[in-house]
Amino acid sequence: MTSRLRLAVITGGLLLLLTAPFLAQLTGSAGLLGLANRIAIYAIAAVSLDLILGYGALVSFGHAMFFGLGGYAVGIIAFHTGAGEPLLGWQGSNAALIVWPLALVACALLAAIVGTLSLKTSGVQFIMITLAFAQMVFFVLVSLQSYGGDDGLLLDRRNTLPFVDLSRPTTFYYVCVALLIGWTAFCARVVNSRFGLVLQALRQSERRAINLGVDPFPFRLTAFVISAIGTGLAGVLWANYARFVSPDMAAWSKSGEFIAIVVLGGLGTLLGPIAGAAVFIALEQILSIWTEHWMIVMGPILTLVALFGRRGIAGRLFGERNG
Amino acid sequence: MILFVEQALNGLQYGSMLFLLASGLTLIFGIMGVINLTHGAFYMVGAYSAAFAVLSTGSFLVGIAAALIGAGLYAVLVEVAVVQWLYRRDHLYQVLATLGLILFTNEAVSLIFGRRPPLMDIPPFLQGSVPLLPGLDYPLMRIAFIVTGALVAIGLWALVNHTRVGMLIRAGADDREMVDALGVNIRRLYTLVFGLGGALCGLAGVMAAPLLAIEIGMGERVLITTFVVIVVGGVGSVRGALVGALLVGMVDSLGRAYIPQLLQLSLPASTADTLGAGLVSASIYVLMAIVLLVRPNGLLPARG
Repeated sequence: MTSRLRLAVITGGLLLLLTAPFLAQLTGSAGLLGLANRIAIYAIAAVSLDLILGYGALVSFGHAMFFGLGGYAVGIIAFHTGAGEPLLGWQGSNAALIVWPLALVACALLAAIVGTLSLKTSGVQFIMITLAFAQMVFFVLVSLQSYGGDDGLLLDRRNTLPFVDLSRPTTFYYVCVALLIGWTAFCARVVNSRFGLVLQALRQSERRAINLGVDPFPFRLTAFVISAIGTGLAGVLWANYARFVSPDMAAWSKSGEFIAIVVLGGLGTLLGPIAGAAVFIALEQILSIWTEHWMIVMGPILTLVALFGRRGIAGRLFGERNG
Repeated sequence: MILFVEQALNGLQYGSMLFLLASGLTLIFGIMGVINLTHGAFYMVGAYSAAFAVLSTGSFLVGIAAALIGAGLYAVLVEVAVVQWLYRRDHLYQVLATLGLILFTNEAVSLIFGRRPPLMDIPPFLQGSVPLLPGLDYPLMRIAFIVTGALVAIGLWALVNHTRVGMLIRAGADDREMVDALGVNIRRLYTLVFGLGGALCGLAGVMAAPLLAIEIGMGERVLITTFVVIVVGGVGSVRGALVGALLVGMVDSLGRAYIPQLLQLSLPASTADTLGAGLVSASIYVLMAIVLLVRPNGLLPARG
């Protein structure tokens, strides 16, 4: 029964994701497509964070730094291209196939450094040190006066892909959804591989795993880097979606939002965070239409989720941990 | 030299404020094991309560009372309504639950007091400055701040080490069940400690209000710095909070004074300005990262 329900929910969710542009057209509200697009992008970040939060029990309170870095990599290159100083003097330097991997490499490098240093600690100290690194990134972004400083940076246009016109909202949306599906499938493979099992063994009992001959550090660091790459990808897509980057992308409240989405959706379930992103972003949208003071409702909702929502949406639906 | 002394005093004053916040937060964490992000919100509630009371009565002393009571009561309310369910839960849920409370408090305060930040003047008896050294007049308000911090440090030390409540607090930190079994109402003790932490935040809020801007979100900025203090000093120890607060206060104010100058020696002016601004803001986080790498448990951890 559960597996059939699972299949039904997954199919339903996929259908909803894939038909969102048509639904938007049918109902005549262009805002719906934007909403779906924001959900798809946040879902990529949430799935990535869940990789270490749910499967590795590493509470990173600084994941927004990768979101911000990914976004700024796109923003800064676009800024120079627009000013007639393209990357390495090459005119095509706004190409997604160049810019995006470059942004992800930057995120991976940052994650390797931050992860190496942070993983010397655990528990509260780990939460705090990841927060501290994110704050450093935040302040560096604020201090980049030539790239807008506090106010952020507007992008002239989106990156370009051969044969695919990213400037069309529907096309861009499908690219985001495709990346979401691909990335989630990749993460599912990761957590079910031998590597993922070791990661989960470390979550359950670090001491037992160590006694079985596992060195925790390389496993956790690898998971941290993979997670950062995914979050960076979300940042890259966000910069392209909003055509705007600002230090807020790396603010600590953004990290908190990502955690909230994962917990809301269900820790340690990869599909849960996608549902979490949908509910969170939709709620945000609905509440902010309803009242300017929507935080006064959103805040208590987060608190209630933390108090009572141990298993999240996915946990309630499926009642199991993997998948 | 005069500049250095002045900056060091500023560091001491800032450290004093951080100590007021950090001591309560670390007491709560050390004893109950709760990461309470709402702590910064208590500081904001204290500052707003004080500003409101001073505006309507004109008395700074009433303002102090309002800040202590407002922040203390709000803390007790938060403990009873939310935090008491979070003891022994994973840190993740504590972070999330108290993050929700921050959003709520910020909106609630802006609904009650309005979007426009209130102004609070330095009270007449703390206006002006005192000549400390030839060529150095230091503002009285800042000196009062430093003295308050010192008094609170002494008071907390006496409370924790030389009173029955303090003894129970220390015992509760070590073994909650045992204290409970001895017939002490540990629930009420926890609520009390939480309220005390809130009241200390309120004190910091009323002291900071005339010096800094009172605004929505003032709590978060100082909250993160407070976490840096606690992690540098060692989680769960009040002594650690004192050392951490002073260290962070000094690094911040000396960094503000000297980092741009040092950079200008070696870099072109425009680059130095940009980089300097970033480095100044990030300096305390760099300090924290260094301390954590050398001593992962902080400088003076509660145990070990």
